Amino acid sequence: MMKSTGLMRLTILLCFLLTACSGGDSESRVDAGNREGVMHFGNHGEPQGLDPHIVTGVPEHHILTALFEGLVTKNPYTLDIEPGVAESWEISEDGLTYIFHLRDDALWSNGDQITAEDFHWSWQRAMSPALGSEYSYMYYAIENAELFNKGILDDFSQVGVKVLDDYTLQVNLHSPTPYILQLFDHYSTFPVHRETIETFGSATDRLTEWAREGNIVTNGAFVLTEWQINSHLRVEKNPLYWDADKVALNAIVFYPTENQTTEERMFRDGQLHRTEEIPLEKIKAYRDEQPEVTAIAPWIGSYFYMFNTTREPLDDVRVRKALAMAIDRELIAETVTQGVYSKSTALVPPGTLGYNPPELFDFDPEQAQALLAEAGYPGGENFPAFEILYNTHEDHRKIAVAIQQMWMKNLNITVNLVNQEWKVYLDSQNNMNYEVARRGWIGDYVDPYTFLGMYITDGGNNKTGFSNARFDEIILNEAPAELDRDKRYALYYEAETILLNEMPILPIFTYQFKHLYQTSVKGMPSNIMDYYNYKYVSLESDDSEG
Amino acid sequence: MWRFIGLRVLQAVPVILAVITVTFFLVRAAPGGPFDSEKAVSEQVRAALEARYKLDLPMHEQYLSYLGDLLKGDMGPSFYYPGRSVNDLIFQGLPITAELGLYALLFALIIGCVAGVFASLKPNTAQDYVPMSLAMVGICMPSFLLGPLLVLVFGIWLDLMPISGWGSSPGDKVLPSITLGAMYAAYIARLSRSGMLEVMNQDYLRTARAKGLPEHVVVLKHALRGGLLPVISYMGPAFAALLSGSFVVETVFQIPGLGRFYIQAAFNRDYTMILGTTVFLSTLIVVFNLLSDIIAAWLNPRLRYQFRN
Repeated sequence: MMKSTGLMRLTILLCFLLTACSGGDSESRVDAGNREGVMHFGNHGEPQGLDPHIVTGVPEHHILTALFEGLVTKNPYTLDIEPGVAESWEISEDGLTYIFHLRDDALWSNGDQITAEDFHWSWQRAMSPALGSEYSYMYYAIENAELFNKGILDDFSQVGVKVLDDYTLQVNLHSPTPYILQLFDHYSTFPVHRETIETFGSATDRLTEWAREGNIVTNGAFVLTEWQINSHLRVEKNPLYWDADKVALNAIVFYPTENQTTEERMFRDGQLHRTEEIPLEKIKAYRDEQPEVTAIAPWIGSYFYMFNTTREPLDDVRVRKALAMAIDRELIAETVTQGVYSKSTALVPPGTLGYNPPELFDFDPEQAQALLAEAGYPGGENFPAFEILYNTHEDHRKIAVAIQQMWMKNLNITVNLVNQEWKVYLDSQNNMNYEVARRGWIGDYVDPYTFLGMYITDGGNNKTGFSNARFDEIILNEAPAELDRDKRYALYYEAETILLNEMPILPIFTYQFKHLYQTSVKGMPSNIMDYYNYKYVSLESDDSEG
Repeated sequence: MWRFIGLRVLQAVPVILAVITVTFFLVRAAPGGPFDSEKAVSEQVRAALEARYKLDLPMHEQYLSYLGDLLKGDMGPSFYYPGRSVNDLIFQGLPITAELGLYALLFALIIGCVAGVFASLKPNTAQDYVPMSLAMVGICMPSFLLGPLLVLVFGIWLDLMPISGWGSSPGDKVLPSITLGAMYAAYIARLSRSGMLEVMNQDYLRTARAKGLPEHVVVLKHALRGGLLPVISYMGPAFAALLSGSFVVETVFQIPGLGRFYIQAAFNRDYTMILGTTVFLSTLIVVFNLLSDIIAAWLNPRLRYQFRN
């Protein structure tokens, strides 16, 4: 008697609790968003901040391109450069001088006029050694910028940025850098509002509160209206933006969705228009059942292993080549990564604005065995065991296991897998305390230099011990001075050939980004940069999905 | 009583100081620093960053300067979020985590006590076995499994509940509270069952029954007070554990609470944030332990007597 009533009461209580709080009948966030022109954007992580000269991450990038605008922008379909704050520009014959004509209707979100002086001041700030901007190298193509940033030159007037009048800015480069316009659409070169920054402290103090909600003044298509850390960040259409007529969205809400599984559930539940990721185990289902919401496309990023060329037995190039040839990349791409990474045998992803990397080797177990025998380890005999280091992540583990098995099977050598938490792993790399380590690299802009530039002798990102005089000469001197694109690409091709013949790195995959988009989202095409221009984005409200 | 409280507060000071010291040096000993990233930064940039956060000073000076600031209530600027102080971040996340913890604790108390008392009334029958087996399942079920499971059933299949967020749509606090509270509910059920069983056979209850009191008065008025004592002393540490252990639930349900900051801080090597949250949470744990001791003493005359001497 007692038992049944007690249990019943409990059940009733629970049911009451559940139904009383039910939010099930109401319109989903996505449907409401479609109606109101509000996009709900899964943004992977909480932005560190919104100071364009300080932050470095992808989540920040997504927000900053909504809030700010540089001299130029890009077309999301073609990645062609389009006018931004500058309505036109002239490039000198020798490719060294750029003159930007700023539009006179570009305003800050507080109504102030944007002038050439704003860019001059902002860039001086970004290049100041005291600010410690991690992206300051983006300016290094500008005359004397590197010297100023490294504190060797104190006088900013010697840096190649000149204000000719209120609406004319001249930029002098030390060598013709054909991709420089792309950099003027990178957030590290966005203008910032001097008065606001100086209200909250010194221009080069990174710890002031100028970029917080309520304080920040911006110049993009949207303005910041709400920022609740770890919850959401909302931007709304900026009526003062010069091209406001073209902006279809009324607002974008960014959510820090670190957890892929949660993000995917939110998408399924109609809470997000766009996700940053698709969990690997769900990719097949989405591809098969809902291809219309699935966007998986090549990204300008490489997934590779690097060798510590200062350690035995990896100091022998034949060993490195044998290891590279003993991996069946297509098989791993197909089975382990569900086809979301594609096979790569070079460092630069193919199709980087017309550049196609050399293809010097392929999966070839016989030749791999021959090379290994030549290096003194016939049949894998006496080969010293070494370790593959990767940062703790399920995908990296799976790939490493597959490679471990292929090396075992094709070369009869044993390797061990070691995973380390991210910062520990970075520390091991920086101290060259590894044998083989996983590495990923996403290009900052579309040019082979963003990849090949890593491997100059003693470069901060090299970390392999690789050094080649001819390679350095091409990357540092010959290619930057070459104006003709085809000739420059030929030089890069030569450099990459040197790199792959020496093989300090073991190419594995080209990255693909994986997003989910509700079918109502228009104007967010896949492009190699995974770049968005929110001016082009719109939401269709009369969607048939009900 | 006051002397007891005073003594316990004094004991807490060296504990917290030890926590600060150990954490301070441990986070700095961990490989990888706050400014290590996949892209190398130049010497100049690194030097500028380290100077701004006083990392260029000798270790003991950093330590003393941190202690000095802490005494003034300033936990320093966050390394990871420029322009935000650790105080800001903690007090932004704390109310949310506290609210979540409170609901979870309420849920755990109600479900746990009802189930435990209920089971203890007829020990070793189905009425005992069913809730106790459920409790065992509850203890064993990790929240990273229970959370998604609840979301799948109530959020996606039945479409009754919002599946993420906090305070943005009605009812979005229900599933996270249940997820977080489930394990504690199970513990409390077991604690209250054994506590009740212990008092049920005592003389004073036999007396109560002998003088003809109805069974529900015996249970509710006389047995509960003694039987729930273990639950009371468990509540302090439980609430502290709820506050510091809500990371998984916060991640699964996209809740902007303290737990997420805490874990992210460790991954980011956000030295001041790790220290700030650790010090803050350990202080809370000390305080809640103290509180539950006081309540237990107030409920149990024998303990009170011990304190007096």
